[in-house]
Amino acid sequence: MSEQQLFKVTIDNITIEVPAGTTILNAARKIGGDVAPPAMCYYSKLEGSGGKCRTCLVEVSKGSEKDPRPMPKLVASCRTTIMDGMEVKNITSEKVLDARAGVVEFLLINHPLDCPICDQAGECHLQDLSYEHGSESTRYEFQRRTFKKHDLGPHIQLHMTRCILCYRCVFTADQLTQKREHGVLDRGDHAEIATFIEKSLDNDFIGNVIDVCPVGALTDKTFRFKNRVWFLKPMDAHRDCPTCSGRVTLWNRGDEVYRVTARKDEWGEIEDTPEGKPGWICNTCRFEKKKTSDWIIEGPRNINRHSVIAQGHYAGKIGTNKPTETFAAVNDGRKPHLLMDIHSVSQVNKPEVKLSLIDGPAHSDAFKKNND
Amino acid sequence: MSKKLLLEKAHVAGIRYFDVYRKEGGYRSVEKALKEMNPEAIVEEVKKSGLRGRGGAGFPAGMKWSFIAKPEGVPRHLVCNADESEPGTFKDRYLMEFIPHLLIEGLIVSSFALGSNDTYIYIRGEYAWIVDILEEAIAEAHKNGFLGKNILGSGFDCNIHVQRGAGAYICGEETALIESLEGKRGNPRIKPPFPAVKGVWDRPTVVNNVETLAAVVPIINMGGDEYAKIGVGRSTGTKLISACGNINKPGVYEIDMTISVEEFIYSDEYCGGIPNGKRLKACIPGGSSVPILPANLLLKTAKGETRYMNYESLSDGGFATGSMMGSGGFIVLDEDQCVVRHTLTLARFYRHESCGQCSPCREGTGWMEKILKNIETGKGKMSDIDLLWDIQRKIEGNTICPLGDAAAWPVAAAIRHFRDEFEWHVNNPDEAQKRNYGLAHYADPIHVPVA
Repeated sequence: MSEQQLFKVTIDNITIEVPAGTTILNAARKIGGDVAPPAMCYYSKLEGSGGKCRTCLVEVSKGSEKDPRPMPKLVASCRTTIMDGMEVKNITSEKVLDARAGVVEFLLINHPLDCPICDQAGECHLQDLSYEHGSESTRYEFQRRTFKKHDLGPHIQLHMTRCILCYRCVFTADQLTQKREHGVLDRGDHAEIATFIEKSLDNDFIGNVIDVCPVGALTDKTFRFKNRVWFLKPMDAHRDCPTCSGRVTLWNRGDEVYRVTARKDEWGEIEDTPEGKPGWICNTCRFEKKKTSDWIIEGPRNINRHSVIAQGHYAGKIGTNKPTETFAAVNDGRKPHLLMDIHSVSQVNKPEVKLSLIDGPAHSDAFKKNND
Repeated sequence: MSKKLLLEKAHVAGIRYFDVYRKEGGYRSVEKALKEMNPEAIVEEVKKSGLRGRGGAGFPAGMKWSFIAKPEGVPRHLVCNADESEPGTFKDRYLMEFIPHLLIEGLIVSSFALGSNDTYIYIRGEYAWIVDILEEAIAEAHKNGFLGKNILGSGFDCNIHVQRGAGAYICGEETALIESLEGKRGNPRIKPPFPAVKGVWDRPTVVNNVETLAAVVPIINMGGDEYAKIGVGRSTGTKLISACGNINKPGVYEIDMTISVEEFIYSDEYCGGIPNGKRLKACIPGGSSVPILPANLLLKTAKGETRYMNYESLSDGGFATGSMMGSGGFIVLDEDQCVVRHTLTLARFYRHESCGQCSPCREGTGWMEKILKNIETGKGKMSDIDLLWDIQRKIEGNTICPLGDAAAWPVAAAIRHFRDEFEWHVNNPDEAQKRNYGLAHYADPIHVPVA
């Protein structure tokens, strides 16, 4: 390890040193916060993924120390490795933000936008992406694309209309299972994920395609329409499983286990086990062990504070992560310019009042009392 | 009559067969290359010749060859891109159909230069009968000792395999072609790594167009310096142009890149003018994906100079007032043609042929086609034209492979030069169904040729 060469790279005015061979995206993720480009198709645990969705496009304003020419086009940061002295612009580049807004628009024109009835809502990467980079209305005036329905078996529900063709599930089945039964059929805008012909997906580890799917195209049939994810409490748990690591997140409401997923990190990817292997879980853990007594519960799962899932569950800092704040570093030490500090004028938004500690619905009395 | 290098003997009776081809001086370059030259010298000759890739991008072939990685113990491959699917381009078909041995000869010399013992011809699936012609030619070359083991006692082994595509335009893109050749789905790869480092089966690979490889034969025969004297500037040698559309004599022409566009369209040696006394409205000079040019900008550049049929002159003025040499698919539109309808046809093609791998191209091409269809059928709005412009702008340059650019450019150029025709379609939806917009101001104001 000591011989590994370190390259200096500057992303949005923040300089870090990373090992040679790291991609721009992974370097940006090391910095964290808004500097990390969004990625819909790249998945660090899957070999060969990335480069397809084009949401992670960045501008390389300086190629390297040796060859300082900028790259002529925007590059996919997930598949471009850094060079020593490279300078990258992500959120500081107008060109990047414009292209990214274009990509989000393209991804959404044929998306059904059926979030109110979609099980992925609340943990959907496309929702996050369009919230940050999308426009409030659409310019698309045509009928959205529909597909013939394919049944993928008893565990996995396919909604092809929601699919963004990231190929993650194809790579997962390729690299995790013995025999891949599904793939991309057809081409262009009528390309679809399907099995050939009308087979069901049946493999001990095939349930992981649900976890890698960034949208609601592949969802868990055993959890279908059962609950919204933000009403559930994620709990870390494990069991002694003969086939997989058995390290999972349980999604509880009260004592009832609604669904089981693998543990996901802050980028929505499957966490590594302590042994350093990706923590894929088997179908038995995912679909069949739905009793609290099956599991040894470790404690509440840490969820990003900005996620809708984190709302109102825990008091204080338990179970929530504060996202990395990069604004000052990106903008030469300037603080975000606020039109007004909401706490100075609002009667209700008192940071010292913990909504979760209030018994029953919040009432103005609670705030008035605190003001005294 | 300009100099012909490739098609000079194309119409000799029986040239398709080895005996006649050999009698007409064929396979001289193989003898010269394998007996008198070493691979480095051949690459050097091709570099000196200034030969530019004839598939569309115009990248110098010798330079491309010199990029090939040469790791120890890893086989290298030459792949001939015969997946000619661009609407308006049919020059490779002509060459392979009439004089297949020229391609085989070029392939043997190039394979020797690059050290490829197994060379592939990836041919468009629709060219089914040409596969038979090529395989017959390869068998004849085998029989006469120009292919197989120890060719002409030089110790060099070479086999040529013909692989048929399944009819996808995207497989003309070199990395998609490589994927398809490996038996996978024809999705373009993400570059880098480039094929010169990791191509077919992760081995160093060079992919060249049919015409490029055929042009290696005259280069070796006459020498790179002699070859470079033909043509002008950096457009050396001869180029096959497949002319079609509203012209009297459609067909494949070999030009030496010194003639003007006007001469090419109107002289009897080439296209022979526009039929029925019609006037020239527009032209796509290099295959469907290059920008369309109105007549006034086609015959003269924006600076008022005569535009010539070569790489530099056709691209003079950039995309604002110029176009590209492309693959040499010369499509001529007369005054009766509707640019909106024409653009719709191209958009439909690119929508159908998009591989669906990356989002801007997959979604954007379909969107553009739907909007163009609305405008063409009289349901368009004025804002649609700006929307089209915005969509093409967001596709261009943001995709994995050049198909996104190829889909965006025709739409961009049509709006750039023919915006009033689009607006006329929007403002007069009923009239637009009954008649065409006509010539308007696009014709060259000075020169009005009479048929």
